[in-house]
Amino acid sequence: MRKTKYFWMGILVIALVMTLGPGGTALAEEKKTIMIGCQTDYDRLITIGPVVAQGIKDYMAYWKKTVGTINGYPVEMMECNHGYDVNRALECYQRHKMAGIVSLSTYGTPHTYAITPKILADKIPAITPGFGRADAMDGKSFPYIFPAAATYWSQATASIKYIQEVEGKENLKGVKIAYLYYDNPAGKEPMGVFEKLKKRFGFEFRTFGVPSPGVEMGAQVTDITRRYKANWVIAHLFGRSPSVSLAELYRKGFPLDHYLGFVWGVCETDVAAAGEDLSKGMLGIQYTGLGHDYDVSRGIKKMYEEEGKEMHKYWTTTGYYNRGIYWAAVQVEAVRLAMELHGPPITGEKVKDGYEHIKDFTMGGLLPPFIFTPEDHEGGGWVRIYQWDGKQFGLKKDWYNAYREVIMEELAEVTKATEKKE
Amino acid sequence: MINRECGNYKRTYQSDMAIFPVPLQRYTIIAIVLIFYLIFPLLANEYLLNLAGLIAIACLGAVGLNILTGFTGQISIGHAAFMMVGAYTAAILNTRYGVGFVLCLPAAGIMSALVGSFFGTPSLRIKGLYLAISTLAAQFILEWIVNHWKWVSGGAFSSIITKKPEIFGWIPAAALMEAESMMRYKYYIIVILLGMGVVFALNLFRSSVGRAFIAIRDNDVSAEIIGINIFRYKLTAFAISSFYAGVAGALYCFWYEVANYESFTIIISIDYLAMVIIGGLGSVLGAIFGAIFIGLLPIVLDIVGTWVGDTFFGGVNTEIIANFQVVTFGAMIIFFLIVEPEGLNKLWKNIKDYFRVWPFSY
Repeated sequence: MRKTKYFWMGILVIALVMTLGPGGTALAEEKKTIMIGCQTDYDRLITIGPVVAQGIKDYMAYWKKTVGTINGYPVEMMECNHGYDVNRALECYQRHKMAGIVSLSTYGTPHTYAITPKILADKIPAITPGFGRADAMDGKSFPYIFPAAATYWSQATASIKYIQEVEGKENLKGVKIAYLYYDNPAGKEPMGVFEKLKKRFGFEFRTFGVPSPGVEMGAQVTDITRRYKANWVIAHLFGRSPSVSLAELYRKGFPLDHYLGFVWGVCETDVAAAGEDLSKGMLGIQYTGLGHDYDVSRGIKKMYEEEGKEMHKYWTTTGYYNRGIYWAAVQVEAVRLAMELHGPPITGEKVKDGYEHIKDFTMGGLLPPFIFTPEDHEGGGWVRIYQWDGKQFGLKKDWYNAYREVIMEELAEVTKATEKKE
Repeated sequence: MINRECGNYKRTYQSDMAIFPVPLQRYTIIAIVLIFYLIFPLLANEYLLNLAGLIAIACLGAVGLNILTGFTGQISIGHAAFMMVGAYTAAILNTRYGVGFVLCLPAAGIMSALVGSFFGTPSLRIKGLYLAISTLAAQFILEWIVNHWKWVSGGAFSSIITKKPEIFGWIPAAALMEAESMMRYKYYIIVILLGMGVVFALNLFRSSVGRAFIAIRDNDVSAEIIGINIFRYKLTAFAISSFYAGVAGALYCFWYEVANYESFTIIISIDYLAMVIIGGLGSVLGAIFGAIFIGLLPIVLDIVGTWVGDTFFGGVNTEIIANFQVVTFGAMIIFFLIVEPEGLNKLWKNIKDYFRVWPFSY
């Protein structure tokens, strides 16, 4: 009896081997549909990944229902969950490539690094909104990568600009700014820009790194509030850590209306995790609008109502949900422009050109007045500032960008350093 | 595969000592080599080549870790960090000093071996879980160094884009034209190195060094009493294991053409440990099984899950599938370990033993 077990084991081994064969090849789609792809993550950063993915899916469903085709060509969004794993991200990319995608939205910084050489070789334009490397905004060195939203550099200049406005002076002499960041490459990215601005405006600047996994920052916060006595905290955190930083700073009596967070730590879930009353006053940078007061949001709501479904549970986390809408919409828009400019068949090269012609694409206020050019793949680095009032985020400062010349200077330096090395 | 030992007489000591003493076993190996070196790369598309290449790299790393953990009994949770050392060594030599790919590989291995033996020194005084913690420290220290030492990491992005792997300046012309050929070319490099690594590992345990490793694993006190220099052999085990890791890391870096420290985090270290445990501690084949299992299972589950969802439930929410995968992945690991605590290798052995006398089991 016991021995027959191994017979079935043998069968199981063969069956496992067989499943991969058909699975690997049965992914090709019919030719007429234009395929675009998105990489998502449901496993690691669960406060962000699934929400963004839901935004993407809802927008695609809405778009199919209201617009449906581009010149008669249906557009299909192919989703692939990489679970925040670099190897699986490359596997997803290969699957996407096999399906013939013409545009891709990536997800996660290490994964974007890993597939960047492939994207450049295969000429499939990819958007990396809010992560990836900031120097990819240079369309000359990275022709197929589109940060397509304010990079950390632009967020840095924008935050200093905002501080200047609140302080009411351009020269920030005597103002102490603490930069609280997640200690990884993404966290260190804007430091060069901060240093340049520091030279120019004379503020005091000190950095406070939070080691992974970023849920323990008592020491850093004590340092900021008691020893350094910062006037402002600029926080660049994500995942669980933004809420920890808010709670810790609150506990130490830091006025949270002088807390300015970068894009990955300032949405509804982050303040909810820290405590809605506690977080009152905190400021956050956004590259898409918050809330539901846009045509596209109303359209999605109506679509759900018509189908008799309840709104998805992620609907209320508009910070990340609206980003998902944007990631999908900008890809469809690029494909539409590619069709308009070059006609079928759509290829990656044409879609790249489509991206570079995007302008006046604000989706009724959800998006800033982006202008993409062959040189500027960031679209101008526009941000908004929102403030949490205890119940919802209120708009504090409308779309603006700041000190582009500083960013260009930093870009030139980084590009030069990279070239020298290679 | 299925070994029929009947009528297999040995006339010399040499033939008795062969790695594969049974003829059928030899033919099976030849068949496997033919399949993976000739038939598979020619038939496979880019997708499968990518999958196979990454798994082959993982195999090399896992074989290396198994030498340390499976054969010498020293737990290491810093394997990914040693791979990272290899990856960055190769990337720095390749991009800044113009060293060719072929020389980068041994250089990465040696650098990694040096770092590995340095972090292996605590093993002389501590063992078991204590050693696990000290190698865990190695993981964090090395990650921190790469993250903060600008010269190593190459600036704020902590990633170095390498050149294409060339063999003394030669790359097949087709590989430069087409992504699939490039992948095929890289795949060949990897499987050839994997073959060398596997043969070396198999032979290592037929030598006095390998026997010393096993003696240390089984009981280090008695090993010392019978005259084995523990200091020397433990460090040798760390060095050899890290050499494998370094070469695997360098291959990984050239596979992606970028060295990025976030691909070598603690989670990857644990993955490697899982590979050798699930595959079977103390067997070369087990490490390979484990690497294939860990590398393939999430993808198979993804494909199967999506297929089942689409076919039977008319398109299930991706979120449910994603969570289902994670749960199944964990459940499968537990299942296989309960069925056979000694790993996939033992399971495979049992299957072989069953068919060895099948259908006449009595």
